[in-house]
Amino acid sequence: MALLQIAEPGESTAPHQHRLAVGIDLGTTNSLVATVRNSVPVVLNDDKGRALLPSVVRYLPDGSIVVGHAAQAAQSLDPRNTIASVKRFMGRGMADVAHVESMPYVFEDAPGMLRLRTVQGWKSPVEVSADVLRVLRERAEESLGGELAGAVITVPAYFDDAQRQATKDAARLAGLEVLRLLNEPTAAAIAYGLDNASEGIYAVYDLGGGTFDISILKLSRGVFEVLATSGDAALGGDDFDHRVYCWLIETSRISPPGLEDMRALYMEARRAKEVLSSADEVHIGLKLSGGDEIDVRLTRDAFAAMTGKLVDKTLVPTRKALRDAGLDASDVKGVVMVGGATRMPHVQHAVGEFFGQEPLNNLDPDKVVAIGAAVQANVLAGNRSADEDWLLLDVIPLSLGLETMGGLVEKIIPRNSTIPTSRAQEFTTFKDGQTAMAIHVLQGERERVSDCRSLARFELRGIPPMVAGAARIRVSFQVDADGLLNVSARETGTGVEARIEVKPSYGLGDDEVARMLRDGFEHVQEDIAARALAEQRVDATRLVEATQSALAADGDLLDAGERTAVDKALVAVVAAAAGDDVTAVRRAVEALSVVTDEFAARRMNRSIQRALAGRRIESL
Amino acid sequence: MSSQPTAAGLPDADLFGSDHFALFGLPRSFVLDERALESRYHELQSAVHPDRHAYRAEQDKRLSMQWATRVNEAYRLLRAPLTRARYLLELLGVDVGAENNTAMPADFLMQQMEWREALDEARGARDAAALDALERALRQARRDAEALLVQQLDTEPDTGAAAATVRRMMFIARLGEDIAEAHEILEN
Repeated sequence: MALLQIAEPGESTAPHQHRLAVGIDLGTTNSLVATVRNSVPVVLNDDKGRALLPSVVRYLPDGSIVVGHAAQAAQSLDPRNTIASVKRFMGRGMADVAHVESMPYVFEDAPGMLRLRTVQGWKSPVEVSADVLRVLRERAEESLGGELAGAVITVPAYFDDAQRQATKDAARLAGLEVLRLLNEPTAAAIAYGLDNASEGIYAVYDLGGGTFDISILKLSRGVFEVLATSGDAALGGDDFDHRVYCWLIETSRISPPGLEDMRALYMEARRAKEVLSSADEVHIGLKLSGGDEIDVRLTRDAFAAMTGKLVDKTLVPTRKALRDAGLDASDVKGVVMVGGATRMPHVQHAVGEFFGQEPLNNLDPDKVVAIGAAVQANVLAGNRSADEDWLLLDVIPLSLGLETMGGLVEKIIPRNSTIPTSRAQEFTTFKDGQTAMAIHVLQGERERVSDCRSLARFELRGIPPMVAGAARIRVSFQVDADGLLNVSARETGTGVEARIEVKPSYGLGDDEVARMLRDGFEHVQEDIAARALAEQRVDATRLVEATQSALAADGDLLDAGERTAVDKALVAVVAAAAGDDVTAVRRAVEALSVVTDEFAARRMNRSIQRALAGRRIESL
Repeated sequence: MSSQPTAAGLPDADLFGSDHFALFGLPRSFVLDERALESRYHELQSAVHPDRHAYRAEQDKRLSMQWATRVNEAYRLLRAPLTRARYLLELLGVDVGAENNTAMPADFLMQQMEWREALDEARGARDAAALDALERALRQARRDAEALLVQQLDTEPDTGAAAATVRRMMFIARLGEDIAEAHEILEN
């Protein structure tokens, strides 16, 4: 009978066969795997009944790898080979990572992404993450009794292209078929929204171990539409631990701790933070290897005071997301809290105050992301039933653009565009006979190339030689449903087509230290000044080139005195353009324009005379 | 235009090449039923979105992404009055010519300068209330321009006048972006 079954190409011949699909929350602190079983999403536990897998990997000298609770327990024992919070390093160079100095690891800055030295050699964050994912895959396959058809992996909404690509690579390395990269707050919204059949505007406030995301969503009749998202890819619960750690060192007046003590202090700091979520006070007692003893009390109020700035820092992206969505805090019907760090009472309080309502906490903030991912994985695998007829429309968190003249970035796809999306822009050649064009792809909100993340560089070659401005180079950006970018460029002016495609990934041609734009908007004013300077420099260069070629062609129109004045003004412009003073450049450019005014007028006259002379000859 | 092969669940290939209004089954006019646009957008995405085709063959996935991209782009253009007006003019063969044609009426230029000065002042004084007031003034100007476009594009079509109104709206939009930027600086 099987031969008589008719199926669309690509569709399974057994449409009712349940494909095993899971959702994985690859967290900074903990990771989870969940699936939909008999239409009910469930988190899969390990053999000891634990749902959370600490995202900690220990590399042993004999080549074995320990992941999870056992690795976590060995952190202060073997800090250098026990990697925790590796998510903070995904798709990141050393310059992007905060507090590198207080981490017990040996780093190496490789192109695009740092690496860590372990007893098993250099490990990329992608490999370490893959080791965590592998354990979750094995847990799922054992629990479900079969090979997985695919997985949805969640990423912070504010992850850029390099971080997303790194996450996808880690999943592939772990032998997982990635059905989709899903934004964590969106996953939470799915879990929450489907549970509560909600309608209206919702905010998802997601403070994890190492990342902060805020998403504004509109829920209507089974459609989850992300209106705006923002965040800070380097702000999370770990930073609260770090504050407590610093406070412990300051108040106890101990000498700088060694690796093991550092790890032990961090673990105490984290424990204190967690205790203070339910207790008013915590005792921290610790004997360090150097003989120093710590015996202090920390109250909830003191903890709130020392970390208040971190909480305030989350409200900046929150305001930005609301403004991007064109909404006020009062338009928000409910605020969903996600991530273990939202258990801190002063975080709850600050969010409640900002939105003027009690935040929603009725789902476990540790599990809600994995649950949402599992529900989405079930849909993507084609296991959907009629009552699960819902749709997810997500956005890209950061603008994508190209480098243009003067080291400035031209935005091609603005942030918060619904994906998948594509946009194209036309550029032209600047020089006569130019046959190649360099294309530099960037991500970020800042105006200067050096302040955005460099995603890829490539060259379009084989442009037919033409005069400057005649070639038409069409550069197209395509962002897929995972939020990953593809860029292609094509010369269309002559009908001769040259085409190249790149798949940007971390490290590809990323030869300058790309600074992350986590504090992007603090620098807007600085950007405006930088832009003005860059533009003045472009003007200056153009004027200098034009003057030089005019002098070469019609220099005889000037007497010696006039020529000296022009030369002096030229030198002054070149000198000013080399400096940083935008006013000086503008003044020098103006001065050159003034001394060349008369010269320009004479050249105009000469060319008119030549033109008229030519006509006379023709008409004869 | 070559027709696209239709994969399972995707709309008729002819619809892909149609104009944005036809894509959403809406009349070609500036006045727009926003609810109908949104619900038609959701319907179309429900059929074409890559999430609905994730388990199908590679070719189907590519088609689905192309469709979803097309639908998103059309929705973006039709939803905002400014881009909708520009698109309508484009369909009528009128290039708004934003880059080249910047001749604006003197009174509007005066207004622009006043707004710019107010923005500079508010920025200098770090005055959020003044920025809000400016934002309100802009919102009103935007509404006035939109009312004008109803007339110039729908009731008494005059593409020249409509193009001029669109250009004014573009100035207003740019100023709006600068105000948002100034707000962000204040908050940091």
